Amino acid sequence: MKLVTAIIKPFKLDDVREALSEIGVQGITVTEVKGFGRQKGHTELYRGAEYVVDFLPKVKVEVAIGTDLLDQVIESITNAANTGKIGDGKIFVSPLEQVIRIRTGETGTDAV
Amino acid sequence: MENLASTVTEMQYAMDTFYFLVCGALVMWMAAGFAMLEAGLVRSKNTTEILTKNIALFAISCTMYMLCGYAIMYPDLGSAFLTGITSDGTAGGDTYAPSADFFFQVVFVATAMSIVSGAVAERMKLWAFLAFAVVMTGFIYPMEGNWTWGGDSVFGLFAFNDITNDADEVIMSGFGFSDFAGSGIVHMAGAAAALAGVLLLGARKGKYGKNGEVNAIPGANLPMATLGTFILWLGWFGFNGGSVLALASVESANAVAVVFMNTNAAAAGGLIGALLLARILFKKADLTMALNGALAGLVAITAGPDTPTALSATLIGFVGGLIVVISILSLDKLKIDDPVGAISVHGVVGLFGVMVVPFTNDGASYLGQFLGALTIFVWVFVASLATWAIIKAVMGIRVSAEEEYEGVDIAECGMEAYPEFTNK
Repeated sequence: MKLVTAIIKPFKLDDVREALSEIGVQGITVTEVKGFGRQKGHTELYRGAEYVVDFLPKVKVEVAIGTDLLDQVIESITNAANTGKIGDGKIFVSPLEQVIRIRTGETGTDAV
Repeated sequence: MENLASTVTEMQYAMDTFYFLVCGALVMWMAAGFAMLEAGLVRSKNTTEILTKNIALFAISCTMYMLCGYAIMYPDLGSAFLTGITSDGTAGGDTYAPSADFFFQVVFVATAMSIVSGAVAERMKLWAFLAFAVVMTGFIYPMEGNWTWGGDSVFGLFAFNDITNDADEVIMSGFGFSDFAGSGIVHMAGAAAALAGVLLLGARKGKYGKNGEVNAIPGANLPMATLGTFILWLGWFGFNGGSVLALASVESANAVAVVFMNTNAAAAGGLIGALLLARILFKKADLTMALNGALAGLVAITAGPDTPTALSATLIGFVGGLIVVISILSLDKLKIDDPVGAISVHGVVGLFGVMVVPFTNDGASYLGQFLGALTIFVWVFVASLATWAIIKAVMGIRVSAEEEYEGVDIAECGMEAYPEFTNK
């Protein structure tokens, strides 16, 4: 099993959610986060004076899946979240040792 | 027939009094406009304190003007504690109730004082500010009001307008000054007091960098600032419209309608001017500049809303809107920190409003307008500077650096405006 963590642009969240539903992903966890990458921050203007926003708002999407779905999930997220512009985000993939569904006690791929 | 004539006179008296009171209530509502505008343009950690200042200064203005301000400004109409005010104005030949006149005048004092609170926001001690409000509304403003609308001489030295005795003989000739509803008398006076305070107070921490850079300190709540501007725009119809002082005749009804039309036109022109200039200078439509622009248009037309055409009024407002943007940027270059732009809106544009009167009013001269504005500015600025300096020596006017960082809400009022969501 794998845990896929994607950092995406907030306005792409709906597209990513739909794309994941289409390939049969049963659930995702979404967190509003802030950070910077190569896009760095950006400057805004208030009454003629500039100020720098160091950390940009992003959305973190976490998906737990069976290994067989991994390539499809990565492809879906990449396609849905891509704008071609700097700041589109990243996808991190990490191994997942165990998953337990609290209600039934099911474990492993049955629980994702 | 005699009965009918007396009924008509009574109707006129009732109508003018009613109009005066409604306009006074509209101007009172401007205090709400200032409170919302200032609360929107400061950071959320300073919201409770700025609201406290705004509503407390209103109460102090009303009380001080009752105690002595009105008597200083209009010695013929009332004495201290308003004991000279009679209930019936027909005796003095007025067409409205004397207490209605007091009510209309007192809300103007509060307006002048409201201007100060925004400029010194986010760093001044609450009680130092309120102490200044006592002196400003009880003495400094009534003195210059006495020389202008009160019609008395400036310490017996010179006069704004000709002073006549009971036999209508000119006993002291004035240079001729025309300020219909108070671009200079109210707005520039408030800004002069604010400027004196800001110079002694200094800028907010972090506003100006070591290398001369100007840092933005964005306001917390622009919907509130916009609502405040709309409220001020509405209240201004009372401010300028009420200054016609009468409604119950064809002539005065026409004058009132012209003043309403021009007041509205100037506000619209001011907003457009500031919005366009901000767009050109910053490549963005800066809302706060647009809001200041509408207010600048209103201040610009206040000295003479009765004489221009609607197009002239729009242009006067438009130029006011351009001036306010340039003034805000220039004051920042001079490191004069004014979080809401009050000194630019009311002071710089107030001066412009006074100086533009002869453009549409043949009865006014550029020299007279300039001398009048100069007298008001010098008096209010010097008297305020002395008052601020005394308060500074006695109790201090600035909160500590730590209190400023934590926010004056907690330091001065002990409560946050948004306790469940704060952003320091």
